[in-house]
Amino acid sequence: MINLALLIPKAVVQGIPLLYGSTGEILTEKSGNLNLGIPGVMYVGAISGVIGAFFYEQGLSKSGAQPNGFLAITIPMLCCLLGSLLMGLLYCFLTVTLRANQNVTGLAMTTFGVGFGNFFGGSLIKISGADVPSIALSITSKYFSASLPFADKLGWFGSIFLSYGFLAYLAILIAVFAAIVLKKTRTGLHLRAVGENPATADSAGINVTMFKYGATCIGCMIAGLGGLYYVMDYACGVWSNDAFGDRGWLAIALVIFTIWKPDIAIFASILFGGLYIVYLYIPTGMEHMELQQLYKMIPYVVTLIVLVITSMRNKREDQPPASLGLPYFREER
Amino acid sequence: MSDRIPAVKLQNISKHFGPVAANSHVNMDIFRGEILSLLGENGSGKTTLMNMLSGIYYPDEGEIFVDGNPVTIASPRDAFDLGIGMVHQHFKLVDVLTAAENIVLGLDGKLDIKNATKKIREICDKYGFEVDPAQKIYDMSVSQKQTVEIVKVLYRGAEILILDEPTAVLTPQETEKLFAVLRKMKEDNKAIVIITHKMHEVESLSDRVAVLRKGEYIGDMITKETNAEEMTNMMVGRKVSLNIKRPDPVNPKDRIRVRDLTVRSEDGVLKLDNINFTARSGEILGIAGISGCGQKELLEAIAGLQPVETGSIEYVEDDGSYEQLIGKDPKKIRDMGVSLSFVPEDRLGMGLVGNMDLAENMMLRSFENGSSPFTDRKAPYELAKNVVEELDVVTPGISTPVRRLSGGNVQKVLVGREIASAPKVLLTAYAVRGLDINSSYTIYDLINKQKEAGVAVIFVGEDLDVLMELSDRILVLCGGKVSGIVDGRTADRAQIGLMMTRVGGSK
Amino acid sequence: MMKTRKHEPLLHIVKRDSMSYKKAVLIRIAAIVAALVLCAIITMVVTGQNPISVYGTMGVGAFGTARKTWVTFQNVSILLLISLALTPAFKMRFWNIGGEGQVLMGGLAAAAVMLKLGDKIPNPILIALMTLAAILAGGIWSVIPALFKAKWNTNETLSTLMMNYIATQLVAFFTVLWEMPKGSGKIGIINQNTNAGWLPNIGGEFIGSKYLLTIIVATLITAAMFIYLAFSKHGYEIAVVGESVNTARYVGIKVEKVIIRTVFLSGAICGIVGLLLVGGINHTLTTTMAGGQGFTAVMVSWLAKFNPIIMIFASLLIVFLSRGAGEVATNFSLNQSFSDILTGIILFFIIGCEFFIRYKITFRRGGHKK
Repeated sequence: MINLALLIPKAVVQGIPLLYGSTGEILTEKSGNLNLGIPGVMYVGAISGVIGAFFYEQGLSKSGAQPNGFLAITIPMLCCLLGSLLMGLLYCFLTVTLRANQNVTGLAMTTFGVGFGNFFGGSLIKISGADVPSIALSITSKYFSASLPFADKLGWFGSIFLSYGFLAYLAILIAVFAAIVLKKTRTGLHLRAVGENPATADSAGINVTMFKYGATCIGCMIAGLGGLYYVMDYACGVWSNDAFGDRGWLAIALVIFTIWKPDIAIFASILFGGLYIVYLYIPTGMEHMELQQLYKMIPYVVTLIVLVITSMRNKREDQPPASLGLPYFREER
Repeated sequence: MSDRIPAVKLQNISKHFGPVAANSHVNMDIFRGEILSLLGENGSGKTTLMNMLSGIYYPDEGEIFVDGNPVTIASPRDAFDLGIGMVHQHFKLVDVLTAAENIVLGLDGKLDIKNATKKIREICDKYGFEVDPAQKIYDMSVSQKQTVEIVKVLYRGAEILILDEPTAVLTPQETEKLFAVLRKMKEDNKAIVIITHKMHEVESLSDRVAVLRKGEYIGDMITKETNAEEMTNMMVGRKVSLNIKRPDPVNPKDRIRVRDLTVRSEDGVLKLDNINFTARSGEILGIAGISGCGQKELLEAIAGLQPVETGSIEYVEDDGSYEQLIGKDPKKIRDMGVSLSFVPEDRLGMGLVGNMDLAENMMLRSFENGSSPFTDRKAPYELAKNVVEELDVVTPGISTPVRRLSGGNVQKVLVGREIASAPKVLLTAYAVRGLDINSSYTIYDLINKQKEAGVAVIFVGEDLDVLMELSDRILVLCGGKVSGIVDGRTADRAQIGLMMTRVGGSK
Repeated sequence: MMKTRKHEPLLHIVKRDSMSYKKAVLIRIAAIVAALVLCAIITMVVTGQNPISVYGTMGVGAFGTARKTWVTFQNVSILLLISLALTPAFKMRFWNIGGEGQVLMGGLAAAAVMLKLGDKIPNPILIALMTLAAILAGGIWSVIPALFKAKWNTNETLSTLMMNYIATQLVAFFTVLWEMPKGSGKIGIINQNTNAGWLPNIGGEFIGSKYLLTIIVATLITAAMFIYLAFSKHGYEIAVVGESVNTARYVGIKVEKVIIRTVFLSGAICGIVGLLLVGGINHTLTTTMAGGQGFTAVMVSWLAKFNPIIMIFASLLIVFLSRGAGEVATNFSLNQSFSDILTGIILFFIIGCEFFIRYKITFRRGGHKK
């Protein structure tokens, strides 16, 4: 029997980066932008946070000052948000202002972003001339991974609900907030209109360009936090190249799985997180290690099935935003 | 009248799209408490001009005054703020949202659908609209969508209303209802502009009429003081005989026999309901009806493009033998030796490929000829040259993408290709839509030539006058049913109008 | 209703009617040059080297020795082949971003035949079987999303993306299953002693013979693809379906058939790449064999405007950057990912410059003319 109190927290920590990524991508896609650069953005978000934390820790060790919890959290976070924002702006500049093909731009951003992350992850020490063997940000990461003090006193309840760093709760808050904005507010209504039919939104006086920039940039910043969570909390501040793997793509898959709803994404991301590591918990025996690889396939197969089923059912509300992937130009004729 | 301050004054407005001047140096006034008809042929720049008022386009040159003050309308938002609202010909609605959500789209403040619903009900009561605020747009009929559009504009407190060909999609009854509403708004001291090219609408509704021709402002008149002939002259620039040739059919024989044809759209809506008719060689069968009541499905069913539920479509040879067309795609029909040409409504979306050049478009019908795995480029090139010469197509060259040609020339290319294969049956849908008068007559001539050559022509049209002058017989469709078939030479306009709205035409 | 006058929009953007071919090429070249300058500056900042010697180093990395040059051309060939493979699908507006997975499946099939039948049947038959298996595997892998697309209009960008990861895990599964030696998690060099199923070296004992086969295959497929797209009936059908499905139906083209046939072709060529990688270049199977080139190829194909000839130059540019930046990185003990950053920058510039080819910007001067 699989121990749920053990498995669920593991699924949650796997799911949180996916939740950040998919919430960000949902907002982006709701504006009609299919940002395939999300994997790159998450790398950039992660490495920007790492760079911030790295220099903060370098500064600490040089000056011999005591770490300050507030700075240890805000510096990496701000760096991460800034890095992701710049990626978002780049994407918008190319696809919205310059009306470039979204698929190609997104893929180029992923190439660039993953390269950027791995490059600085591998070369940061050399470039900065620091005297450390590897990037292990133990001081700052402690603040990121700190769970509530009484979490381990509450047994299974504590470990399932209270054992996470603050970024995990922030992810859920953001997803809930995004869901409310999309469903209940004027901003959400306008955003949905932009993604469905930009010409109509435009003629209704909605600034399509602003919404596309806004949703995409905020989406990138949220996704970037997913990268930050992964490296600062999950990986305890240790950067290793390519460790983040294909989670960015899985986040995009999750968007489809949740039929563009951030509230569903909360549960779906935990489910995906569980599927991502379930192979560790299904006993294969030493004789059949290869089966683990098949279990790792499950999230992708499930997503593909969901994608096919929603397209089979063809329900209007469950379809991708109608203008997804298409550039908008008011005077096109 | 001249000492009133106009609600809107356009001064020296010009707008270009690439090398094409859509409007040049237009001066025009719009007054409150008045319905102004903006009259002009298709492509005369009416819509472009009004789009500049509603902030969709920005003029290249010129100034706009609202209530005497110079204004800049750089976006639809600016237009709303100035009290200008436009109901576009192609509705600007988001399908997956409800009527209420669409109506409040783009406004500021907290989203309060409940309150908005109340306000929408008030507007509806005031003018007599019927709108369910909670209904999704994709569930609505065309006239319901139009109503939502008008309510949307009023909800924003528009004082200056522009309607772009609002009656194109309406039944005569719905049109009357709309006109009544517009008159009520006029009494409310709103300024109303209605873009149209239908003369009787101008006469029955408007106080003043302004005429555009080829992007230029020709002049305006008080409606009561003018007449249809004068307006037509201003619109087309010279006196035209409205007479379309109608040679008598020679030795007509049954060619296409349609029996009990029933067609459902993909989402299960009944589009054609038990249709029966026969089209004969050497004859033009006109199809009349309000747009969207089965014309498209009927032609596509004959052309092998539309899955059919029940019924039969037979192609009859001169000797009386016949072939069933149902269940066969265009290629199979062609392989059977049935020579059938189709000029569809959507020229650049179906009949032609906009990004391909003239020769490549000619190839659409012939590329499969021969057993070589490669295409023959020479014959289509020659054909394109012929079409350009014989039909006077204005084009920079054979290798110009057809999307760069004007509407009339695009249609000539399409019709030229379709008749080049010497068809036995010619299907045309809205063959002159968007064409200037000269091009229209070229197309009528081409169709008549086909008729004289013994082709069975099925001509779907929207202009009753044209249908009544061109067709030998007119089949009237109403909601997917055959409302009746009348003789084109003796048909009565009012009777056809009634038949379009009610099966059989009787009260 | 008083309203203060707002400023007129300063910039005004209009779609160009057309631009001369020469001018369009010039704009693209200008964009590439600008990108190269920016890359040089960034490299200078990171390494402290002057920009000219940066490109000197890059040149050495790509073409410094005969062997390096051959490897460069081999890499160009592989990238070019994947780009060519994706092109017919793209022309049809079928956004196949599953090249990665299709290459892996081709490689997997080739490796399976090599491992299971190697030394049991004569080598020519073995290679023929490998080829057949690779083509089928790549083709079938791409046809699955195409069937979904044809039947239910399932978004192919997303489904092909998922197929990539399913393929990766399948390869991972077989890698562990066939690992050699046990416990290494790797397959190792297949048939190292017998060389059974190894694709032949061409041209005897000269330095390029190892690389020549891939280059020849790429050259042939480039020419064939160019002719196929430009002159064949299939190519014409692809163009029509890509431009307008309605038009295609209207003239009696069986759209579903064309989609499936074309996407199969797309996957089959990817399968051949898998064969070349496993049978000719690596002689082993790994999950990272395609190395992201399935995605890079999407960009190459698009940048070349789906023209196979221009694709040669686009692939060369990307491979040059990648190998050149690799050399820079090695010389300065930086990270190999440096090349991805440079590639990204070049791509951003080329993507961005398309705007200036398609649109014209006019500035408004001095408000209203009287």
